[in-house]
Amino acid sequence: MSTSTTTSAPVAVTDKKEIEKSGGFTAAAANYLDERTSISAAVKELGRKIFPDHWSFLLGEVALYSFVIILISGTFLTFFFQASMAEVHYDGSYVPLKGVEMSVAMASTLDISFDVRGGLLMRQVHHWAALLFVAAIGLHMLRIFFTGAFRKPRELNWVIGFILFILAMAEGFTGYSLPDDLLSGNGLRIIDGMVKGMPVVGTWISFLLFGGEFPGNDIVGRLYSLHILLLPAIIVALIALHLLFVVVHKHTQYAGPGRTNQNAVGYPILPVYAAKAGGFFFIVFGVVMLIASLFTINPIWNYGPYDPSPVSAGTQPDWYIGFADGALRLIPPGLEFVWLDRTWSFNILIPLIVIGIFIVTVLIYPFIEAWITGDKREHHILDRPRNAATRTAIGAAGVTFYAGLWAAASSDIIATHFHLTMEGVIHTLQAITILGPFAAYFIAKRVCLALQKKDREIVLHGFESGRIVRLPGGEYIEVHQPIDEYERWRLVSYADFKPLMIRPDARGRITALQRLRSGLSRWFFEDRIIPVDQKEIDQAHGDHH
Amino acid sequence: MANDDNGGKDLTAADAHGARPSEASAGTAVVTRDAIGNPGFPPHRARMTDSDPTAERKAERSVYTLFYLSVVGSVWAIAAYIIFPIDAADPGSVRLNNLFIGLGLSLALLALGIGAVHWGKALMSDHEGIDIRHPVRGTEETRARAVEIFQEADQESGFGRRTLIRNSLIGALIAFPLPAVVLFRGLGPQDEDPVALLEHTMWKKGTRLAIDPSGRPIKASDVTLGSAFHVIPEGLQDLEHGKLEEKAKAAVLLMRLDPADLIEAPDRKGWSYDGIVAYSKICTHVGCPVALYEQQTHHLLCPCHQSQFDVTNHCEVIFGPAKRPLPQLPIAVDSEGYLIAQSDFTEPVGPSYWERH
Repeated sequence: MSTSTTTSAPVAVTDKKEIEKSGGFTAAAANYLDERTSISAAVKELGRKIFPDHWSFLLGEVALYSFVIILISGTFLTFFFQASMAEVHYDGSYVPLKGVEMSVAMASTLDISFDVRGGLLMRQVHHWAALLFVAAIGLHMLRIFFTGAFRKPRELNWVIGFILFILAMAEGFTGYSLPDDLLSGNGLRIIDGMVKGMPVVGTWISFLLFGGEFPGNDIVGRLYSLHILLLPAIIVALIALHLLFVVVHKHTQYAGPGRTNQNAVGYPILPVYAAKAGGFFFIVFGVVMLIASLFTINPIWNYGPYDPSPVSAGTQPDWYIGFADGALRLIPPGLEFVWLDRTWSFNILIPLIVIGIFIVTVLIYPFIEAWITGDKREHHILDRPRNAATRTAIGAAGVTFYAGLWAAASSDIIATHFHLTMEGVIHTLQAITILGPFAAYFIAKRVCLALQKKDREIVLHGFESGRIVRLPGGEYIEVHQPIDEYERWRLVSYADFKPLMIRPDARGRITALQRLRSGLSRWFFEDRIIPVDQKEIDQAHGDHH
Repeated sequence: MANDDNGGKDLTAADAHGARPSEASAGTAVVTRDAIGNPGFPPHRARMTDSDPTAERKAERSVYTLFYLSVVGSVWAIAAYIIFPIDAADPGSVRLNNLFIGLGLSLALLALGIGAVHWGKALMSDHEGIDIRHPVRGTEETRARAVEIFQEADQESGFGRRTLIRNSLIGALIAFPLPAVVLFRGLGPQDEDPVALLEHTMWKKGTRLAIDPSGRPIKASDVTLGSAFHVIPEGLQDLEHGKLEEKAKAAVLLMRLDPADLIEAPDRKGWSYDGIVAYSKICTHVGCPVALYEQQTHHLLCPCHQSQFDVTNHCEVIFGPAKRPLPQLPIAVDSEGYLIAQSDFTEPVGPSYWERH
């Protein structure tokens, strides 16, 4: 090392002089920075890094940008918000609540809304961006799932991303609870009830959380610490890790002519990606800003301060908590028992356990699929959802299950809007949540296989040109136009799997685990449409001539 | 997981292809020898802005116009801050302030964003680049060196050899965060028994039923047939501390039904007064206020999770996730005609908890 520095040093000096002479201030500043940070290495490494392009890759960007918007607007709000539950008599500009007893948290939220210019705007930007943040993460995750982007080497990044989804919901809930208005208090009351329903530790956790009996004087301050310090710190760290992995793995790409598993084709960071991604940040910010200037969200002044007694009909949680609230509503009556002189609240435990299983299943799905396929190769080309029919069907089932729970959170609104009975809506949604996933699985799988068959048809016999020709014999045929080889490549280049055949191992045994794997493999890959190969193409062409 | 290694061998398809030893196992994937070849990149198609100088100039004009518009938006947002102040006397001023600052900022952000994207798409080079991917795992040399480093470190420190040091270190590392966990005990109350607190409310013998939120006591004669009252114990409003905590347990709904409609258990015959019944308003599911009273059917509905309770039948659950009926508050009338409690609730109110029995 030392020899190389001594030999190259004189060269560097001349370089520096030349740069200073030719480039002026910018070059001098760059040189100053590089001599202290070695930043040129980062520019060399990342400056022309390639990012494949597709609209669905923007979903993750929306999530990232809405988080930045949340940080910006949230920081503004912290300068005005006071997370205290001390009682005051409101004395701000909003006349209908003048003199009403409320917590300092609620009063300062009203002040932000009615006495700080642009304060309401920032509150609404913060809330809308939060709703968008969770939504964008959800859609981003669906994109990752249905295209198989979670396969090796990206399994761990799926886990990180999923934890971010959970943390985003936690951020949402803690933030929702801060203004200490009627709805947020009710949300906390429900959390309190759920916590108390847990066996053995429930009562104590509730008292530790609230610093005594519900609602107490501590919870807003505690949630504030979580909301602005602990959770954001973890989220920022995990986002950094998430993006670091994107750089390490290089972004996935869809199958296309010239694209292989060994390359990444797209635009370089400088200049095109910087312009498009940077511009897109401002577009996302602009859209959130436009929504916030035109549409009210969470008008706490209509709800009033928290009071354990009143509640308005038709209260709804923020959308992303809906699935959990819906699970509580869908549970059939009567599932609570006293046994061994203790209360077992299965009406709360079952929803918690079901949601827990659902979350864990989603979290570990990449590892399950990897185990079934036994595929240890790296995958950088995304699947078209139809080409992974069973996975797509599982995803459709999961989405339907989630949607059933989610719709149940609005069971009362559905009943009143469509003049249905409460009982009828609940029973229907119970059926949808349990049977719907099976129907969705079956339909999605068949649709995928049908689409694969259609692709096969198109590859072998071309697409329908719409031109009808009458043959000399009087027969009418529609002329099929062959597709070009670039388009064809998109349709034929996908990973094909076949079911695992179990064979005895070296000691002549077949283990239960092996049997399970084989069964799952059969379930996954029994129905398969084999990709068209060259011989079939040649044969098909032969038929035409 | 051991049988993962067998997975590849079980498959003729993957094996027949003869994957190179350095390559990872394809598992049950089918590798076709006769697969169609990748046709390579399609010919590049020039954009309008590349081939037509007029289009290029137009795009350029659009981009800088958008950037100037963005400046206009920012300036407008600042102007709106001044032009549309919040006037305490005029509630509409908040809306105007919100709208016009917001529109200015929206214009600033959207024009900036759209301009940049348009620049990137229409004017910057649209020739795609190619990055070559390398396996994520380190090269064999790097991995070998990493193993070597750990071995050297192990040798030099004796981490594997000096087991007493190693194990005691692990013990110390496990033990040291425990005090931090214990410190969080302070989150909860130190000298209160949660179970005892949950078992009792503010109601006691002789406490008058008062209207929520005014605190005015209620006379039995005020409660007309078919009416419902939101009730708190008299004196709740005067509490110095714990007002909300007490209210969260003591809130009551008072209703008067035709005594003929009430089906009363023999041991609760004396708990109502002339068709007037009082029930805890806190849902036995997760604690929302059961605030919706259907006068015709005498059903109470919880707006949170739609549990329904039958007032005529001791608030038994007739639908929804709740299991237990709402606890009944035994009531009577004092010498002045005011409704009073005969005692506290005879069971804990609100959501279930583990120690409840």
